[in-house]
Amino acid sequence: MELFTNQILAGISTGAIYACMALAVVMIYQAIDHLNFAQGEMAMFSTFISWQLMQWGVPYWWAFILTIAFSFLAGIAIERALFKPLAKAPILTQVAGFIALFSIINSCAGLIWDFTIKQYPTPFGSAPFLGSQLISTHQAGMIGVTFLLLVGLYVFFQYTRMGLAMRAAAALPESARLVGINTSWMIALGWGMAAAIGSIAGILIAPVVFLEPNMMGGVLIYGFAAAVLGGLTSPLGAVVGGFLVGIMENLAGTYIPGVGNELKLPIALALIITVLVVKPAGLFGRPIIKRV
Amino acid sequence: MSAADEVEVVTEGQAVEAVPKRAMTLGAGTSLTVLVLLLVIPLFVKNFIIFQMTMLLIYGLAVLALNILTGGSGQFSLGQSAFYAIGAYTSAILMEHFNLNYALTLPVAGLLCFVAGFLFGQPALRLSGVYLALATFALATAMPQLLKLGYFEHWTGGVQGLVVTKPDAPEYLESALKALHLNISQDMWVYYFTLVITVAIYVWSVNLLRSRSGRALMAIRDNEIAASSMGVNVALYKTLAFGVSAGITGVAGGLGAIAVQFVAPDSYTITFAISLFLGMVVGGVGWLPGSFVGAAFIIFVPNISESISKGLSGAVFGVLLFLVIFLVPHGARQVAIAGQQLAGRFRR
Repeated sequence: MELFTNQILAGISTGAIYACMALAVVMIYQAIDHLNFAQGEMAMFSTFISWQLMQWGVPYWWAFILTIAFSFLAGIAIERALFKPLAKAPILTQVAGFIALFSIINSCAGLIWDFTIKQYPTPFGSAPFLGSQLISTHQAGMIGVTFLLLVGLYVFFQYTRMGLAMRAAAALPESARLVGINTSWMIALGWGMAAAIGSIAGILIAPVVFLEPNMMGGVLIYGFAAAVLGGLTSPLGAVVGGFLVGIMENLAGTYIPGVGNELKLPIALALIITVLVVKPAGLFGRPIIKRV
Repeated sequence: MSAADEVEVVTEGQAVEAVPKRAMTLGAGTSLTVLVLLLVIPLFVKNFIIFQMTMLLIYGLAVLALNILTGGSGQFSLGQSAFYAIGAYTSAILMEHFNLNYALTLPVAGLLCFVAGFLFGQPALRLSGVYLALATFALATAMPQLLKLGYFEHWTGGVQGLVVTKPDAPEYLESALKALHLNISQDMWVYYFTLVITVAIYVWSVNLLRSRSGRALMAIRDNEIAASSMGVNVALYKTLAFGVSAGITGVAGGLGAIAVQFVAPDSYTITFAISLFLGMVVGGVGWLPGSFVGAAFIIFVPNISESISKGLSGAVFGVLLFLVIFLVPHGARQVAIAGQQLAGRFRR
């Protein structure tokens, strides 16, 4: 039984990483209706920016804020420069664009900061949290920040005019345009916010997985999986999905014989697909009804 | 919130654009010219280039298979690398452990992959869009790990993989060519062998899409509900599309194993599935000849970007990819259509 609770705790602490990333994934999905494959690389690049700022002697929280601002603007810039011209292209072409962006950012980060693994500081410290060896204060802090973000996003989307306009632009672009919403800029704003949330996720994840250009590869996959599991339309679902994926992964690794570290990911994905086959819109997603 | 608020009413846009079936192929004249070029060029170039042309045909087949699935039936897959791996391993194991003739391993690989794809298509029926992408993605990430499992190691060779012997040209052909003072190298033989199979599968696929079944697939792609009300068995055709696509990918995988002479789990990762996807987009979704243009892109462009800048090869590749999709968002098909219109204008 103790093994079981320990594994759940360990699952929650890795799940916090996925939940962070999944939030960013849902954010961009709300804005542009696709999964952005370059999201992880954007977050990685932001994290490197904050690391560089700290190397230059900027204090942690200032670097944090500056990085978020930078990522927000960079996200908007990328949308304006690269993806707005592609808005009318077929969807699969846009997905190819995401892959191209992935490749560019990854390669540039590798050239600027090289591929050696770097330590990344944490503001929360890394002592055991409440006497548990499995969750450190950093991971507890991470869970806290994730929930703050979630509440912030909820308030933004439910109670501000801007949030309402963004939801309208994503749900029914035609009608939104008719009531005077600038849908094109709403998409850019969505990119900016997704990039900013991604940078927060990157900064929080970096002390755990260490900083290097390929740090996000695995995390993004889990983030996607978590977002899809929770339902791509629901930020709360994404966070719950993140924790569930973390827990499932740990339990599968412990209890299913013959599953080493290598098979953890496929098993977690298989479980997710099983859930999706039963509930195609994800756990918290709204089912979309088609009009013929 | 009442139940009614929970439901969004959405008129769904198509995930894949509709391509009329005649626009899916090349004219007879162009096809013949390309075929003659493919037959003649290897006689004048070095073995390495012949090898690359062989790989181009093989990747072209794999992209073609994805094109039938996505361009034909509107389903999307990131799992093609898994079927390619199954095909490659089937061929390699049959050749190395059972001493089966290399040519005979291909139908087995194709059949096995067809069954695997058909079975995978069953749960995939419930999923579409990003969900289907995630499911196929899971398949692609799981495959290399499954191949590495200790349990299968006796057959698969584990992490090391298997080395496959390269086939010689049949003796009667060799002696016949000797009489004409011609030599056929192993590479050249593998190339012509691949070419024959590629042409056969290509012609078969074109005919498939022109047939009743092809029309059914396209009806599903364009509007699933309308298709089912016209009497198309949606579930059957969708799973069949998965099966056919996987089967062709499997044959390509088997050919790949013969041409590369080596199979190892890490050759068939998700990266490979992604490049097949890029090949399809660059070639034009739903345009079968474009598959080979796309294959050329995924084989040569990484090499080109490597030669432009070692450190930034990824960035150069990304920029080149962006250039292509900015200039021709519909891929090589758009170029072909523009060319046709230009030719038409000159004729007038």
